[in-house]
Amino acid sequence: MRFVFKTDYDQDIRLLKHSGYWWSYGVLLAALIAFPYLVGSYLQSQIVFVFIYAIVGVALIILTGFTGQASLGHAAFLAIGAYTAGFLQSQGISFIVYFPAAAIITGAVGAMVGFPALRLSGIYLVIATIAFAFIVEEILARWESVTHGNEGMRVRTLDFLGQPVPRDGDAFYFLCLLVLVGSILLALNLLRSPTGRAFIAIRDSETAAKSMGIDLAGYKVKSFAISAALTGMAGVLFAHKMSFISPEMFTLLLSIEFIMVIIIGGAFGVHGAVLGAIFIVMVDPFLTALKDDVPVLGASLASSLGMSSEGSGKLRDTMSAIGSAAGLKGAIYGLIIMMFILFEPYGLYGRWLKVKLFFQLFPLYKKATFKRQKTYVKSERNR
Amino acid sequence: MLDFIQQLVSGIALGCVYGLIALGFVLIYKATEVVNFAQGDLMMLGGFFVFTFIGLMGLDYWLGFLFAVCAMAVFGMATERILIRPILGYPQFSIVMATIGLGYFLRSVAGMIWGTDDLKIETPFSTGVLKLGDLVIAHDKLSVIVATVILCAVLYAFFNYTRMGTAMRATSENMLAAYYMGIPVKRVVSLIWAISAAVAATAGVLLAPITFIHSNVGLALGLKAFPAAVLGGFGSIPGALIGGLIIGVIETLAGFYLPQGWKDVAPYVVLLIVLLVRPHGLFGPSMRKKV
Repeated sequence: MRFVFKTDYDQDIRLLKHSGYWWSYGVLLAALIAFPYLVGSYLQSQIVFVFIYAIVGVALIILTGFTGQASLGHAAFLAIGAYTAGFLQSQGISFIVYFPAAAIITGAVGAMVGFPALRLSGIYLVIATIAFAFIVEEILARWESVTHGNEGMRVRTLDFLGQPVPRDGDAFYFLCLLVLVGSILLALNLLRSPTGRAFIAIRDSETAAKSMGIDLAGYKVKSFAISAALTGMAGVLFAHKMSFISPEMFTLLLSIEFIMVIIIGGAFGVHGAVLGAIFIVMVDPFLTALKDDVPVLGASLASSLGMSSEGSGKLRDTMSAIGSAAGLKGAIYGLIIMMFILFEPYGLYGRWLKVKLFFQLFPLYKKATFKRQKTYVKSERNR
Repeated sequence: MLDFIQQLVSGIALGCVYGLIALGFVLIYKATEVVNFAQGDLMMLGGFFVFTFIGLMGLDYWLGFLFAVCAMAVFGMATERILIRPILGYPQFSIVMATIGLGYFLRSVAGMIWGTDDLKIETPFSTGVLKLGDLVIAHDKLSVIVATVILCAVLYAFFNYTRMGTAMRATSENMLAAYYMGIPVKRVVSLIWAISAAVAATAGVLLAPITFIHSNVGLALGLKAFPAAVLGGFGSIPGALIGGLIIGVIETLAGFYLPQGWKDVAPYVVLLIVLLVRPHGLFGPSMRKKV
């Protein structure tokens, strides 16, 4: 284990704590840059989705993980970003203008949502964001002159200063990577600034934060605005990647998927957003692959264990019937959420930290290091 | 004018449906401060249970009703034991997510077991209408109104006048203090999940002739019942009924008088306005925060 001898505050808040960080993140970045030349177009396209989900994940970690404000309305912010891009592009405005414009508009809407959040907390905030998302969804379906209603809207190929950037090309991959790296750096820099410390103080105790002179209202609105603006940027990329957007793509289920990203990844660090995004995007192709292989595998396993060929054939048929049942994906999603909350509350990043610590302290690792403090439920009403 | 009254009545009937589901939300919240997003799906499961008992096994309606309610109560207890008890006391948002996951799971599994077609059962309320002058109310809606009012009254009395009800309120106030006072907190929590699931099953059975039995019915109705519970102030039993009525009436009247599209949004617009003015709902407690 490496101990860094810190002598001043600047060293304490440095992003890259020691030379090991340079190596590991440098190698990671190099691998990501080399990726499009190594993998097929399908995998590359999935990775672009990972990037987009990860940007939303970073946005949610700023809001939920660090400021402690829950939101089930991020699909609406994504929709606002996507539709702003689609509309402004159809008006002949260039990407250089509409990309920041989408972020600013979504950020402004986010600040507007933040204002009710000043008075609401806990479950009331969750329901208010759900209500907001429903209203946005309905507006998108009805405001036909701008959004083309339920028919949906075609988004043309991204045009970067006269250069077309096709959605399956390498250039689009690098654009998404750039935005993701940018938003991660923004989040990290934010969190080591006074603003970020104020966010964390608000999460830990509103009353204590207020008594330390932190302007609750201002910081909550700021947190909502930053989170929404990042999601709006992701929305622009999402619109171009899908090349077609319609209101039913941005439902509550998408918001839940975004929350799953940070729950599965771990909401206490920016790493969690990326790991969660990888998990959520990759679980679908993984299940599809399993659907074909597992029944055959199960049947051969059964016959090697001494089951008759008739019995193993039956087993294979049953397993493939279960595998191709319509609702399987939903059931597995539900199970994944419940399992993570029950058994891995710190998410994938938490597991990574545990494994790392285990090897660093090798014979001396003890489980209790990561044990959560259980609090007895006290009424929210007089908290 | 008659139009208006007729709309009002059907709005009240719809509102009672929401109120009945909202009651389940409120019960669990009132005793444990946990919000159960799977409430609508428990209702859906109750509907499927009663379909199994009546439609497939050919039992009498009332017997099937009773069996479904009992089965759901056991199911609710099991859910509490397996899913909720290990995470009770952790941040509320993770419990909310766990129940959302449960909802996903129940929906898909119900779809896989019972198929995705609309199912229906024969009930004594399926046909027939009550006429009051020119007003017409179908029996199935009347049964929901009556059941909601009765359940509300019974549960209100249970919470306010019985020892167990008092114990439940104490548990929600401060779990540790309740332990010290000798309240069997674990049993209280598991009992409230059983009651809430039983209420959900009642809703599922009574709604079977109105909405049919379908694996997605819970999500749609649950998302409408949720604002009802919030509007009434989450911890208040009469609040659930009144919140449900407000949402139901607003939705019906908006569908009748306002342009298309307002019907689905109007309840949420009203909800946001109410939350802005009274952050804890209409009947919620408005206590000061203490350090």
